[in-house]
Amino acid sequence: MIRRREGFGLRLLVLLTVLFALVLPILAGLAQTAAVAFGYLPAAGQKTFGLAPFRQLLSMPGARSALTSMVVAGCGATALSLAMALAVVAEAHRHRGAALLSRLAAPLLAAPHAAMAIGLAFVVAPSGWIARLCSPWLTGWTLPPDLPFVHDPWGLALMLGLAAKEMPFFLLVILTSLTQFPAERQMAAARSMGYGRAHVWLWVLGPQIYRLIRLPVYVVLVFSLSVVDMSLVLGPSNPPTLPVGVMRWLLSPEIRLLFPGAAGALAITLVAAMVVGLWMMSERIVAAAGRAWVCRGSRGHAEALVQAGFAASGALVFAMAFLSLLSLLIWSFAKQWRFPDALPRVWSFDGWQMSGATWTGPLLTSLALGLLTVILSLVLAIAWLEAEDRALLPRARWAEALIYLPLLVPQISLLYGLQILALRVGISGGIGAVVWVQAIYVFPYMMIALSDPWRALDRRLLQMAALLGAGPWRRLFRVRLPCLLQPIMTAAAIGFSVSAAQYLPTLFLGEGRVATLTTEAVALSSGADRRIAATYGLLQTLLPLMGYGLAFAVPWLMFRNRRALSGATA
Amino acid sequence: MKLPILVFTLAMAGAGVQADGWQDTLAAARGQTVYFNAWGGDERTNAFIVWADQELTKQYGVHVSQVKLTDTAEAVTRVLAEKAAGKLADGSVDLIWINGANFMSMKEQGLLYGPFVEQLPNARYLDLAPGAAAAVDFTIPTGGYEAPWRLAKFVLTYDSARVAERPESMTALLDWAKAHPGRFTHPAVSNFIGATFLKQALVELTPDPAILQSEPSDEVFAQATKPLWDWYDALRPVLWRGGEAFPENESVLQQMLSDGEVDFAMAFDPAAAAAAVEKGLLPGTVRSYGPKVGSIGNISFVAIPFNAAHKEGAMVLANFLLDPATQAHAQDIRVMGSYSVLDSARLDAAQAQAFATLPGSAALPGAGDLGPTLIEPHPAWMLRLADEWARRYTK
Repeated sequence: MIRRREGFGLRLLVLLTVLFALVLPILAGLAQTAAVAFGYLPAAGQKTFGLAPFRQLLSMPGARSALTSMVVAGCGATALSLAMALAVVAEAHRHRGAALLSRLAAPLLAAPHAAMAIGLAFVVAPSGWIARLCSPWLTGWTLPPDLPFVHDPWGLALMLGLAAKEMPFFLLVILTSLTQFPAERQMAAARSMGYGRAHVWLWVLGPQIYRLIRLPVYVVLVFSLSVVDMSLVLGPSNPPTLPVGVMRWLLSPEIRLLFPGAAGALAITLVAAMVVGLWMMSERIVAAAGRAWVCRGSRGHAEALVQAGFAASGALVFAMAFLSLLSLLIWSFAKQWRFPDALPRVWSFDGWQMSGATWTGPLLTSLALGLLTVILSLVLAIAWLEAEDRALLPRARWAEALIYLPLLVPQISLLYGLQILALRVGISGGIGAVVWVQAIYVFPYMMIALSDPWRALDRRLLQMAALLGAGPWRRLFRVRLPCLLQPIMTAAAIGFSVSAAQYLPTLFLGEGRVATLTTEAVALSSGADRRIAATYGLLQTLLPLMGYGLAFAVPWLMFRNRRALSGATA
Repeated sequence: MKLPILVFTLAMAGAGVQADGWQDTLAAARGQTVYFNAWGGDERTNAFIVWADQELTKQYGVHVSQVKLTDTAEAVTRVLAEKAAGKLADGSVDLIWINGANFMSMKEQGLLYGPFVEQLPNARYLDLAPGAAAAVDFTIPTGGYEAPWRLAKFVLTYDSARVAERPESMTALLDWAKAHPGRFTHPAVSNFIGATFLKQALVELTPDPAILQSEPSDEVFAQATKPLWDWYDALRPVLWRGGEAFPENESVLQQMLSDGEVDFAMAFDPAAAAAAVEKGLLPGTVRSYGPKVGSIGNISFVAIPFNAAHKEGAMVLANFLLDPATQAHAQDIRVMGSYSVLDSARLDAAQAQAFATLPGSAALPGAGDLGPTLIEPHPAWMLRLADEWARRYTK
């Protein structure tokens, strides 16, 4: 007799929800974009398929430069962030500074991309803060020089901006991966054989770490390739990167631009897939070359130099990122701050008061969107994990792929299709549509954050509860969830910060009518008033930071008398 | 077909009857809410519309609700969709802030109500003679289908602390830029102000500006724009960043002027700089002016869709916008700083006084700082200019 595993109904429900709310819409959105990309749009009287949109795309002035800058900035940012993060972790490890490092990385992780970009654009501009701090006493500049530091045609400023966000992310991922294999002992063993620390990091620990963080690396790669909000503020301007161009065409009131827009959106997906493919191939090449190198048994100092170089650049990026957030704070209280003054000449509360009437609305919208999305995603994530747990099943690979799917498809490629779907269903432009589309992106992150702690819980606690007669639901609500309060709160905080940072999904599904701190901040970044843009950028950063604060405070307050649950030891 | 005759008779019967007609309009308008579809990108304009709502509610019991557009074409599309769906009355759009190509498109497709402008009592302050600025929209005669409400004019803004002698023409600007490489730029041409800068240069440099008043053929376009591209090819290498990058719009350009990255900004609003000084966004040393040879200017209008649900209310609002007191309020730099569309010769002493006592600002163009208004080229020129510019200079 075949006995169904426990929790079959719950598993079915979760699977169906994920299928109909997340996976199918993504595929349908992609398909819809693809249809328009091949010229099929019955509403505009186009009922045949063809390649005309792609020809139109290629004949757009600057299409090739747009593609090049996108690939260069995306790949460069990912590779550099990864290298810098590894080097920084290696350095911190040596000085036992891992805890300090993750604490430093947290605010940078909480700051949405748009806020970081707004701050950074000011910090590195030729008339920006760094130039102001050094002028005129050091540089001799009484007027800013005409140098391409922001919006440069090569996408270097964009690369820096992405690195400021992705390096902290990699840092945390790497620190987590270090707990999953005996790194300390391996280091000691290799050291005793006369290899230098940098050598061990590069040839022993590095490959093992990389194997564990491969998926996050691909996520960052796809994200960096298709980023829009950061590219608007920091990226090349004539032409902009392809994703920015595609967004403008897709949102343009001119219908004829929809076709090259959709073709471009599809092209971004194809290019991203190709780049990830090439990346995987180069993984093998690097691995083979690395093995050959290791076999020579060299104990040279080149590795130490390389590591020191990347660690120093990483520290520099860290410093710039903090300077960026600090500059937002200063600008929001500035009245007049002109080149080459190192600090504002006149201070005021105008930035807050003038815009006070306007920022409360978007603040509340961001807050409501974040809470609703997090609650929805949390319920689904807990249901998924509980269903898995009751069946005593390990996670299947396809299930893992399902969770990562939304993060591996460039947003711009499917949002236009999703928008059309939402229009058909009649929910486009409302809060509901935005909550749903944000949940598509929030859910995977919360799953990733919650999975390991969930499985790590001591099973004996549940067995004990079962012995005392508690059914599965009672075990879930009375034992497991309270025990996991701290990781759940952390996952919620991460989800909230993901929701707060969403730009494109909010813009497309909200039809421009759902104004959040992020959409407003990006719009204001191309306005004349840096003070107000800074105020929005700061609020945008403070909101997720408060989320992290709560995630820390609530378990501490509730379990002050239970050391293992209060997060004090974590 | 009785209606036109009736209207004709009423019109012939003179001012007294017209006033009665207006009383009927006011009576019908009472209690209506006018959905004013207006571009929402300017905080001061949005605040002005809120003020208009308060005033109209007080005076006539008419409410005004702004539907904030990011692009006027959105409202045009909505009215078109309503027509396609057979919604010939009770439409959702009552009044549109409109200009040029959008007006042409709506008029051609029969989407506009009117002519209504002559029924507005305050139309008597307008110069509506054929060809007058208030009766022509981007070369297209308005025919009474849209009422003017604010004047826009292209101006350059510079920091007088850094620029000793301001260039009075595009040729002089080229000389100045050559002498100060990297200190001048314009917004990206995909942006309205960037394109207007090119139009301004075109009007000035083309041998026969009259040709710009009609839609160009490929040949005419190539011929008329030849001097423009020659001029631009000389200018581009001495632009900020060697003409390889451009600010996204005029606000970013203004920020760059404030940061000292460039010495000039530009706007389609003579009071923009004065307002920015007021807010502390620009130093008090900036000045705005229109080149002596003249600068492109146009008047913004409001129009009523054929299926508007609240036509009477919309007319009351259009009339209110033309009231000399309203126009003076709008011209106040603390409010909107937009110049009056009224014919100053038609104002009485008290009305003129309201304009004379408005607060001034050093950054506001003085009497001699605004040259003559050059008429806008046909809308097709701007589209072609932008496309050709992108083809030539985006690699």
